[in-house]
Amino acid sequence: MTPPALELRGLSVAYREAVVLRRASWTAPVHGLAAIVGPNGAGKSTMLKAALGLVPLLAGEARFFGQPLAAVRRRVGYLPQRASVDWDFPATALQVAAMGRYPRAGWFRPLPRAEREHARAALAEVGLADLADRQIGQLSGGQQQRVFLARALALEAELYLMDEPFAGVDAATERAIVEVLRRLARQGRTVVAVHHDLATVAEYFNHVCLLNGEVVAAGPVATTFTPEHLARAYGGRLPLLDRQVLQPRPVLQAAVPA
Amino acid sequence: MTLFLQLDLAALLAAVMACLACGLLGNLLLLTRQSLLGDAVSHAVLPGLVLGFAVTGTRATLPMVLGAMLAAVAAALLISLVRRLARLEPGAAMGVVFSGFFALGLVLMELTGARAVDLDVDCVLYGQLEALIWPAATGPSSLLDPAALAQLPAETRILAAVLALVLAGLALLWKELRLAAFDPDFAASIGFAPRGLSLVVLVLVSVACVAAFWAVGSILVIAALVAPPAIARLLTDDYRHQFLFSAVAAVVMGGGGYGAAVGVPALLGLGFGLNAAGMMAVVATLLLALAWVAGRRLRRAPPAVAALSAPRIVAAAR
Amino acid sequence: METLLQALAFAGGHNTRMVALGCAAFGLAAGALGCFVLLRGRALIADAAAHATLPGLCIAFILAAWLGGNPRSLPLLLAGAATTAAIGVLAAGAMVRGGRLRDDAAMALVVSLGFGIGVALLSVVQSLPVGGQAGLSSFILGQAAGMGQADALLIGGLALLALLAVAVLFRPLAVLCFDPEFAAVSGLPVRRLDLVLMALMLAVTVAGLRAIGLILVVALMVVPAATARLLTDRLPVMVPLAALLGAFAAWFGAGLSAAIPALPTGATIALVACGGFALALLFAPARGVIAFTLRQRRLRRELLAELR
Repeated sequence: MTPPALELRGLSVAYREAVVLRRASWTAPVHGLAAIVGPNGAGKSTMLKAALGLVPLLAGEARFFGQPLAAVRRRVGYLPQRASVDWDFPATALQVAAMGRYPRAGWFRPLPRAEREHARAALAEVGLADLADRQIGQLSGGQQQRVFLARALALEAELYLMDEPFAGVDAATERAIVEVLRRLARQGRTVVAVHHDLATVAEYFNHVCLLNGEVVAAGPVATTFTPEHLARAYGGRLPLLDRQVLQPRPVLQAAVPA
Repeated sequence: MTLFLQLDLAALLAAVMACLACGLLGNLLLLTRQSLLGDAVSHAVLPGLVLGFAVTGTRATLPMVLGAMLAAVAAALLISLVRRLARLEPGAAMGVVFSGFFALGLVLMELTGARAVDLDVDCVLYGQLEALIWPAATGPSSLLDPAALAQLPAETRILAAVLALVLAGLALLWKELRLAAFDPDFAASIGFAPRGLSLVVLVLVSVACVAAFWAVGSILVIAALVAPPAIARLLTDDYRHQFLFSAVAAVVMGGGGYGAAVGVPALLGLGFGLNAAGMMAVVATLLLALAWVAGRRLRRAPPAVAALSAPRIVAAAR
Repeated sequence: METLLQALAFAGGHNTRMVALGCAAFGLAAGALGCFVLLRGRALIADAAAHATLPGLCIAFILAAWLGGNPRSLPLLLAGAATTAAIGVLAAGAMVRGGRLRDDAAMALVVSLGFGIGVALLSVVQSLPVGGQAGLSSFILGQAAGMGQADALLIGGLALLALLAVAVLFRPLAVLCFDPEFAAVSGLPVRRLDLVLMALMLAVTVAGLRAIGLILVVALMVVPAATARLLTDRLPVMVPLAALLGAFAAWFGAGLSAAIPALPTGATIALVACGGFALALLFAPARGVIAFTLRQRRLRRELLAELR
């Protein structure tokens, strides 16, 4: 049996006074698209960062493909939140996408031309072929998000951890990103994405992990993304908790054939 | 010609190399919003200098350089520690650490009797570029004569070595440093240790600061760290050009400043010299003003983008 | 030891008393003002302003000598210093508003270029055929131990004025520091308030420079405020706390340096203030290192206990 792409065992993180992530145990599906969903401050981004060792752990461990991260780093790709970097940084879209090829180029030497062409292809995959040499500061929010996605694709990882890939993007970009995620899933890769829009969870993803400081429920969307679980994850703070949220929106569905 | 080689060349080289080494590294500080680190480091080296002096009892360069480097790295690490532990804004953390280090240096200077020798605040503040001479030069041929070159002042030779170190570091870690400056989290996720890289930058900055310190003084070290990158930043949005333009600005600043300090009084027939380090600041200010004007013309960025990139404080102040 | 106690009890002679009182008054004002400057995100603005006084001093000196006036005239020198300091602070703001350079770069530029231009001008001053240049650089580096009654009174008066202004403007300044956007929306003159804050800071800085020196001005403007920040989250507590911390550090430091003549006054005061910060960093109840470590350990224990 192949080990799961990502397995969290009792992951716990505390900032300042409070525990933000409490004994989170969760196993990502072997293939497919999984959403991490929960209210603000539920520890969604923290869970990804903790798994990757970007924030100090209070307790617990994360295993990737049955091994510690250091042993399989090449097979894991991370897409940080767009707002986490300074987009005024002097760099072009291609230069950022090319960072996804750095692991293959290795340390202490310039990026080989072939690797740069890989990065260019990744940009084309997200529909930014024409903007490769544009300064990132001049791109729209959606285009910047796509640059980040291209950089992740350039890694050619088998498991992707994406922090809010749909945050603040336009409708066209959202469709393009969904396309890319589905292609990844078809290729047998696993995508774990922090997601905010409850209305699209059922449409975009096939697994879901409901988080509220701890894992409330996790499993296939059909059985897990239920009003009862959502109510538990969001407490009384879910204004739109009705049948509509739990079903795909017809308009978008027509635009993005599954 | 020989007179120029003997009296000016060593100082001119030192000025240019100091500005170049600091200016190139300054880009990495500017792009990660750490420009004030130069301010902090250049104040913080004082106790290291004094201790280096006190331990060995001589003004030999090596122990003092070592002491200064240690103090600079310690201060920089302490700043990041205070920032993380106390969750203070970076400016406040730096203010606390560097005023503490500087004050400690002043106190140590009195207690160890270092002040009695000529390790005085003036030298630390203003540098001693004018003292760098190359009496071994006998003509242009000396430039190719290893024996004569070895007679160049120690400060100049150290600066040459440091500049080579900085250039080598930047060349070797070109893509790594860009990655760590732009997106440290992603860098960590693919195993390009951003903390290690920022430590490398820190050590290089301290080394360059301390080496430049002897030539141009502590305040001008800050100018050399921040002015060339700022000038370049006003002119370009391209990473490579950022370094290229800052290098040009650094050379103009160092060479032009030294030239102005020597040339302007001679030209005007004044009976005194101008302080070379100070004139570098004057030249840098002029360059900055020029770049400000030129940058506004050059950039045809749509106003929306400019408004978006303006920091929050400004938006709030309107 | 006895001398220290004497100095601390203001019994160490007229001169020592003046120094201690003047420094303490400055510490009081700088501590209170420093809180607002820190919370406004401009902790090092005093550093920039202080360095940018040098060109003004030199220009005033040169102009006076050139026009045949008295180049040592105190009002003239102070006016010159304040002018270029203000230009420096405003230039930093303009650079940030230009959108390309950030706060940190703008500040570092003002510090280094301002001071560098001053150094260049200083070499002009030194060549002038008039006397009195010698004191000019100590004008900036300061000589707290040499503070006279007039200086102490000037500092004291200014400190009083600054404290009064802080008391009167407390509410609007608090809003300005915590939520500038809300301040703007609710009709507060944000820009003018900012200018008032900067003007107060400039006045205290320039006056302090002469009496106690650059490094001490920066230290007392930043360190007590940062220390108070560690100890409390409430502004009405933080401001008086920082003022008291500043005054205490100044008074204790001055006493210490009076007792041990080898200790330079300004640096000693700065070190005392930093010592206070270090203590707060370790022992502060919520933000302190020890409290943090204990909390993390407790949380880990609790989590492990839950697992069983």
